[in-house]
Amino acid sequence: MGRKLLLEHINVPGINTFDVYRSKGGYASVEKAIKTMSPEAIVEEVKKSGLRGRGGAGFPTGMKWSFLAKPEGVERYLVCNADESEPGTFKDRYLMTYIPHLLIEGMIVASFALGAKTSYIYVRGEMMPQIRILERAIAEAKAKGFLGKNILGSGYDLELYVQPGGGAYICGEETALLESLEGKRGNPRIKPPFPAIAGLYGCPTVVNNVESIAAVVPIINEGGDEYAKLGIGRSTGTKLISAGGNVKKPGVYEIDLGLPVEEFLYSDEYCGGIANGKRLKAVVAGGSSVPILPANLFLKTINNEPRLMSYESLSDGGFVSGTMMGSGGFIAYDEDQCIVRNTWNFTRFYHHESCGQCSPCREGTGWMEKVLHRLEHGHGKMSDMDLLVDVSKKIEGNTICPLGDAAAWPVASAIRHFRDEFEWHVTHGAEAVTRNFGIAHYADPLPKPEVLA
Amino acid sequence: MKVTIDGIPVEVEPGTSILNAARQIGGDIVPPAMCYYSKLEGSGGKCRTCLVKVTKGSEKDPRPMPKLVASCRTGVMDGMEVQNITSPEVVEARKGVVEMLLINHPLDCPVCDQAGECHLQDLGFEHGAAKTRYEFDRRTFEKIDIGDKIQLHMTRCILCYRCVFTADQITNTRLHGILNRGDHSEISTYISKAVDNDFSGNVIDVCPVGALTDKTFRFKNRVWFTKPVDAHRDCDKCCGKVTLWYKGEDVIRVTGRKDVYGEVEEFICNTCRFDKKKTADWVIEGPRKISHKSVISSNHYEFTPLPVIKTNPVLLEANKEQFERDTRL
Repeated sequence: MGRKLLLEHINVPGINTFDVYRSKGGYASVEKAIKTMSPEAIVEEVKKSGLRGRGGAGFPTGMKWSFLAKPEGVERYLVCNADESEPGTFKDRYLMTYIPHLLIEGMIVASFALGAKTSYIYVRGEMMPQIRILERAIAEAKAKGFLGKNILGSGYDLELYVQPGGGAYICGEETALLESLEGKRGNPRIKPPFPAIAGLYGCPTVVNNVESIAAVVPIINEGGDEYAKLGIGRSTGTKLISAGGNVKKPGVYEIDLGLPVEEFLYSDEYCGGIANGKRLKAVVAGGSSVPILPANLFLKTINNEPRLMSYESLSDGGFVSGTMMGSGGFIAYDEDQCIVRNTWNFTRFYHHESCGQCSPCREGTGWMEKVLHRLEHGHGKMSDMDLLVDVSKKIEGNTICPLGDAAAWPVASAIRHFRDEFEWHVTHGAEAVTRNFGIAHYADPLPKPEVLA
Repeated sequence: MKVTIDGIPVEVEPGTSILNAARQIGGDIVPPAMCYYSKLEGSGGKCRTCLVKVTKGSEKDPRPMPKLVASCRTGVMDGMEVQNITSPEVVEARKGVVEMLLINHPLDCPVCDQAGECHLQDLGFEHGAAKTRYEFDRRTFEKIDIGDKIQLHMTRCILCYRCVFTADQITNTRLHGILNRGDHSEISTYISKAVDNDFSGNVIDVCPVGALTDKTFRFKNRVWFTKPVDAHRDCDKCCGKVTLWYKGEDVIRVTGRKDVYGEVEEFICNTCRFDKKKTADWVIEGPRKISHKSVISSNHYEFTPLPVIKTNPVLLEANKEQFERDTRL
């Protein structure tokens, strides 16, 4: 049983209200940070903790903060990226719904550390209830003197705003988010300049994921070194994983990084195994953008070491036999799921969500979707697989923002690992419409199927 | 600052982009640019045809850049080494981009007014494949009139955003922009309203393909049958320096003066472009120099009769007459 840092009090009734949250030790980090620490000391503490961005890329948060340009007389901004729309990921929504004050507390500490006088939480447009919850929580915190002018008598002012987005996936990309926040069309900007130099309204800006900001609270409360003791290697601390798909107990779990994948998937404390006594076929480990892996490669790395839930272990083997931590959207597929259909579904999503700014992504995602649609419905050709790999290669790395890569990786990896299933869809076109390929040889011989009466 | 592009060193000002440094060298090593337009602030970076490989970041930090970069939006560093046509990776990526640009393009060059001066045509000729691998319906749109003189045919558009930047630059409000997203995104004026501005005609000049066409010239002629002539007039709105396109004795089109990269030297006003179509309105300066590689010049300035004409006296005579008539200006 790992320690819970973020979700420790999640089951306390009324934890979404200020009073209950405060009685459970909430806002202690704000008091500690503002009264006893300097902004530089907070950044140093976050650096020491080794916290890595929880939004997908895994860039060290402390490093990101220290890159922030600090010219005289120019506003600085902190923007919280709550535009969580990766298929399979729902951790931020959970956190904002049930324990909104944790995010607000983190925002206050982080804004203080960065010297931001105005901070924004950019929430995805579909999350209207969460927007109301956050706004109520902000009003409560403001009434108690934790936000607004002269916080806790320290002379530090902070205004926190919640900005609903329009519901576009691309606005989760940090520069597109800033464009959208400025009231423009959410097209990613061409980098450089990076937001740390010229972000929101041309001012230095830090954009952080909800979970990264929430994780600042335990780091300040307990110290960076203490936080760094959790986890394994360069993957420190705890991570929220939103488990979904064909697992017995889907939901949001807080794990210590470094937990063996097998334990996460099969122990009763977490997912509890595959539902309905079926066997595991494939796993998408970190949201739809990361490469999909067959069960045998997922549970053990190519060198036959057990795979761990950590940034390094999940990406062990590179793109050939590994995947990525991503945003923690864990999707398990049992033997009855069709990988071709799943790949088509993901590609359909990226086709719909491509902003249309740069040509490889705009045209390529649509092309891949059409080819996969044809394959899924039994009209495919043998050459389609090579075509898909080729198109995905031409998108990958040639686009302005990472959406192109995110669209290309699931397709390339699905064909790499499940090519026989794609070929079966071509050779048995009519049959592929009526039944699934099944598990074939992808399963690890771990759990024996239960004999159903 | 010294940069080396495909092994050719060049000294440039700090802040120059790789593309502009390459243009200072000129020749084959200049990356093609479909969306970048030096006169339009903020343009570039979108079409990805100008991707290059940076093999050495700078003198201080010699690490290569991990990905191909858009040369139009990447500034040079001292000692930077760039590969364009010498890198197989770049050539391959560019081929991919051209293929992507063409999969939803109608390829209706035979009936397109831009044919002959179309950048996508040049690009496809240079980097494209002879056959498409795309086997699905291409997206289509209805034609839209932007004002009474300009027609927008979105089906041909490659979404370079140049016209959007032009409209942003010439008007104070946002009248012209992109609707929707992804491959169904569409250039449009706000609910089909016209861009009502004296300089709106320049969107035709900046369009690299035939998506924005001059309605006064539509279907009048092929560009390679017309002759470009530099001319000027006193205009109170613009510089008045234009290129007139003659067919016989008639001015059938007026455009800005375009350089080798297809960029106009100066924007011209709608009066000059649409209303002054008589030789009497203009002071003629002389024939416009067009690259001899362009199809536009193939018919006119460097005329060499076909071998069969040289040997047949009847044809020789007829040809001389035709040649005199054509070059009477």
